[in-house]
Amino acid sequence: METDWIWGLVGGATIGLGGAVYLLGNGRVMGASGIFGGLIDGSGWNSLWERVAFLVGVIVTPLILWPIYNVEIDTHMTTNVWVIIAAGLLVGVGTRIANGCTSGHGVCGISRFSLRGIVATVFYILAGGLTLAIFRHVLGLI
Amino acid sequence: MRLILSLIAGSLFGGGLFISGMTDTTKVQGWLDVFGNWDPTLAFVMGGAVIPMFFAWRLTRGRQPLVGGEFPTTRPELDHRLVTGSVLFGMGWGLAGLCPGPALASLTYNGWAGVLFLAAMSAGMLISAPVGTQLDRLAAKA
Repeated sequence: METDWIWGLVGGATIGLGGAVYLLGNGRVMGASGIFGGLIDGSGWNSLWERVAFLVGVIVTPLILWPIYNVEIDTHMTTNVWVIIAAGLLVGVGTRIANGCTSGHGVCGISRFSLRGIVATVFYILAGGLTLAIFRHVLGLI
Repeated sequence: MRLILSLIAGSLFGGGLFISGMTDTTKVQGWLDVFGNWDPTLAFVMGGAVIPMFFAWRLTRGRQPLVGGEFPTTRPELDHRLVTGSVLFGMGWGLAGLCPGPALASLTYNGWAGVLFLAAMSAGMLISAPVGTQLDRLAAKA
């Protein structure tokens, strides 16, 4: 769609506003893998409800926006079980070992000119592009 | 207060991911797919998100978070975990077109595939500690 970039920019600014509220309000870096991961492995249970409240907002808001937005939403998610399991495992392991993902290292890191954030972003984009190129254009699997 | 701010931040984050189209895996894979039909939307989302966060980081100077305490400090050092973790994450990101934020935001409308991805991602987070230790050993040998 020709208006995709406008929605991208508006949605992006909304994401950034969320990060700003989380930082200036609670004094924390808004990283999805960190907030969720801390709940999964128990390392973040000392701030349990803060994390739960954040995730409730993340999961419920699209449901509220859906009828207002009034556009057919298709996630085009792959249905290949092995691809889903492999991808999920890699994303889970990788984001915890690197201590951040697209929101923490990407959005919050780059905006403060953090070297760690920039290096992480360069590597996950290169790895993502290369993996997609191999699996789509060489092997034809995805 | 902390919980309300978390809920607001999470809602902005989830809403932003939804309206930017980032829960559509073809948009993410389309951006990574430089050899295919390249989709620039993700760059607009990133750009849009970085702008409010840039000002938020500026506002942290000489201030305290609203709820008190300290703002997060940066870690200057680059280590092998940042790079290897980001590479693993990027591979999974490229395979499925989902990173942790959109995986959570799309939970209610991404079907069984989205639930399976989130389960695999959680499993990956749980095994990330021993995997990280193994990587440390390999890095020490190298």
